Amino acid sequence: MNPKRKQRLMLVLLGTCGVAVTVLLVLFALGQNMNFFYSPSDIARGEAPFDRQIRAGGMVREGSVLRDPTSLRVSFVVTDFVEDVTVEYEGILPDLFREGDGVVAIGRLNGDGIVRASEVLARHDETYMPVEIADALERAGYDSSKYDY
Amino acid sequence: MLPEYGQFALILALLLAFACASLPLYGVLAGHKGFQQSAKPLTWGMFFFLLVGFAILVHAFMVDDFSVRLVASHSSTLLPWYYKFSATWGNHEGSMLLWILMLAGWAAAVSHYARSLSLDLKAAVLSVMAMIAVAFLLFLLMTSNPFDRILPIQPPDGADLNPLLQDIGLILHPPTLYMGYVGFSVAFAFAIGALITGRFDAAWARWARPWTNVAWAFLTIGIALGSWWAYYELGWGGWWFWDPVENASFMPWLIGTALIHSQAVTEKRNMFKSWTLLLAIMAFSFSLLGTFLVRSGVLTSVHAFAVDPERGVFILMILLATIGGSLLLYAMRASQIRVAGEYQLLSRESFLLFNNILLVVITFMVLLGTLFPLIFDAFGWRKISVGPPYYNLMFNFFMVFLLSLLAVGQLLRWKKHDGANLVSLLKVGIPVAVVAGLVLPLVFGDGFHWQVWLGLALVFWLVAGLIRSIYERVKNSSTPLKSLMRAGGGYWGMWLAHLGVAITTVGVVLVSNYDIERDFRMGPGDSVQMGRYEFQFLGVEPVDGPNYQSDFGYIQVFKNGTAIAMLNPEKRFYHVQRSGMTEAGIQSGFLRDLYASLAEPMEESRQVWAVRLQIKPFVRWIWLGAIFMSIGAVVAVLDKRYFKAARGGQ
Repeated sequence: MNPKRKQRLMLVLLGTCGVAVTVLLVLFALGQNMNFFYSPSDIARGEAPFDRQIRAGGMVREGSVLRDPTSLRVSFVVTDFVEDVTVEYEGILPDLFREGDGVVAIGRLNGDGIVRASEVLARHDETYMPVEIADALERAGYDSSKYDY
Repeated sequence: MLPEYGQFALILALLLAFACASLPLYGVLAGHKGFQQSAKPLTWGMFFFLLVGFAILVHAFMVDDFSVRLVASHSSTLLPWYYKFSATWGNHEGSMLLWILMLAGWAAAVSHYARSLSLDLKAAVLSVMAMIAVAFLLFLLMTSNPFDRILPIQPPDGADLNPLLQDIGLILHPPTLYMGYVGFSVAFAFAIGALITGRFDAAWARWARPWTNVAWAFLTIGIALGSWWAYYELGWGGWWFWDPVENASFMPWLIGTALIHSQAVTEKRNMFKSWTLLLAIMAFSFSLLGTFLVRSGVLTSVHAFAVDPERGVFILMILLATIGGSLLLYAMRASQIRVAGEYQLLSRESFLLFNNILLVVITFMVLLGTLFPLIFDAFGWRKISVGPPYYNLMFNFFMVFLLSLLAVGQLLRWKKHDGANLVSLLKVGIPVAVVAGLVLPLVFGDGFHWQVWLGLALVFWLVAGLIRSIYERVKNSSTPLKSLMRAGGGYWGMWLAHLGVAITTVGVVLVSNYDIERDFRMGPGDSVQMGRYEFQFLGVEPVDGPNYQSDFGYIQVFKNGTAIAMLNPEKRFYHVQRSGMTEAGIQSGFLRDLYASLAEPMEESRQVWAVRLQIKPFVRWIWLGAIFMSIGAVVAVLDKRYFKAARGGQ
């Protein structure tokens, strides 16, 4: 091979390796940071992992919100009307967090079946129900349109 | 009657757009000068009728004409006049009309400023822009008519504007962002025009380049405004969320940035031509993809989109036709492009190529993260979301390379650069950057983070390159000031934009690592210490606004015992929409913002509140840098050579 061709081959090889490494890196980072959604029934069936962050969601059970009187600690029960899961959280709840409304908690599931949330999301406005929750309710056998506000 | 005239004006605009999309193009293909000349009057006619239509819609909002469905569902009599005005584009239909109006405005500007552009290329460019206008006018009239009426019984009052949109940021953000989005249609039209007419020379690049810069400047400001708006109006102090809607505007920006740089090579060296054409096509395709993602409802859920697919499918078809058609044309014609010229590894060309590769890779990284949840949703797999850590990790990783290369790249000569020339920069610049990045945060900051070290070292490295580039300009000159003046708009535009990158990076790095955010339960008189500041909660009093009621908070901030700021966070309740809003209390400063928000009352008397307090060092620098970048892009357009070109010289 003449030197010019050799140089070109090296460049092509380097380029290909660069692309391959980049793609692998991106896919790895993507895999690490995908948060899967689990409904209370999914969690009760043991489908949710303990070792990574999950999104857990459903409706906030009426009367289940317990606030600590001296701090911002709060716990509440999320239900899909078949199974329940308890969520613990410390911090500020979103403006539209209400009992009987849909909520998504992002956090980790611990051995006692409690989700320790690092973030709690409610719907964005008065009219729209988070799709994940509508889907969870439907899978639990409920017509989510009945709960559409 | 007026709204019907508005709709009539839109239909006339559609007809003119259709004529402008076909007649001049026929002129180009058949070589008929008369048909080519029709492009300009047709473009102006289309622009005029769109302006009339838009003005009538604005009028309907200003006079509370609730018989128009759009006004009834997005405005109310209580709304202040300036929000009635901005409510015109605070909704799907109005914002699409604004989109098309801006497209026609850009086309009219091209026909006005490009006086000496060759007739056939101008006709082709205007014709391509008219095609886009036809597609979107059809979309507007068939699926989202802004002048739809509620007849015969009109509601007595409107449903009011979403409180989040009642804000100065939302008056400015969408028009600026759209100017940028739609502005890339000019670069796109120039690319397609070049493919149709076969003119790919350097003069073509000189014509297309200023338009890309201006569009990019608008997009930069638009994105920065959106980030600033989210920061103060959403109420919780975040300035970038890697939200799909944000990504939708960020992807065209990234590709646009690559395009600006590759156009430089095309203009100066008559190389990278097919790559520049491809980037121009990609930039506008990403603009359309953004429009599709935001406007079709596909982000809420693929299923919601499938239930009401009319709008989404229409935009998707426009998107596919644009991408498919332009790539087909590209595939057929790009082989005619002659490539000449060589360059070495250490040259401006190759570093601009690295810039382009990195920016395109970042774009596809963002695209993958944005589309992944949609793919999972479409196949009915378990629902996922891609968290900000993915984007942060990948974006920062690639940015380290981009910034490292940028510092050197801006100094290099075309074709071949003498490596010995760089040795002193490497010898001095790197140690200074590494030490300064380490020492500064330890002196002024709060503890060591390797991310801050790395980020600041990159900033100092970049600044070292900027200083060196000025030094190169003056070192052999007996009149240094004069030679700096003579450097021209192109050079200073680049210099300012790169300085903007450094400023934004400082802001991002410092606020991401040194911001303090804590939630407290506070009653009147309570005070807490955060960093060097003491926050005292004085209390909350009820206040009435024009269309809302507010709990108006008072938080006094002390530093070393002296009162330095009063923060007034609010919790508002909007009557018509029956929704609450958190208005942050912010004291902004050059070096830090103090930020307070009221979350919720903890007891019946509404005196004890959950309060979030934040200290945001250097957060303003993020947007300040964006301003510098846009100014840089505009300064580059003011370079003398473009005016010479406009007067017909080369």
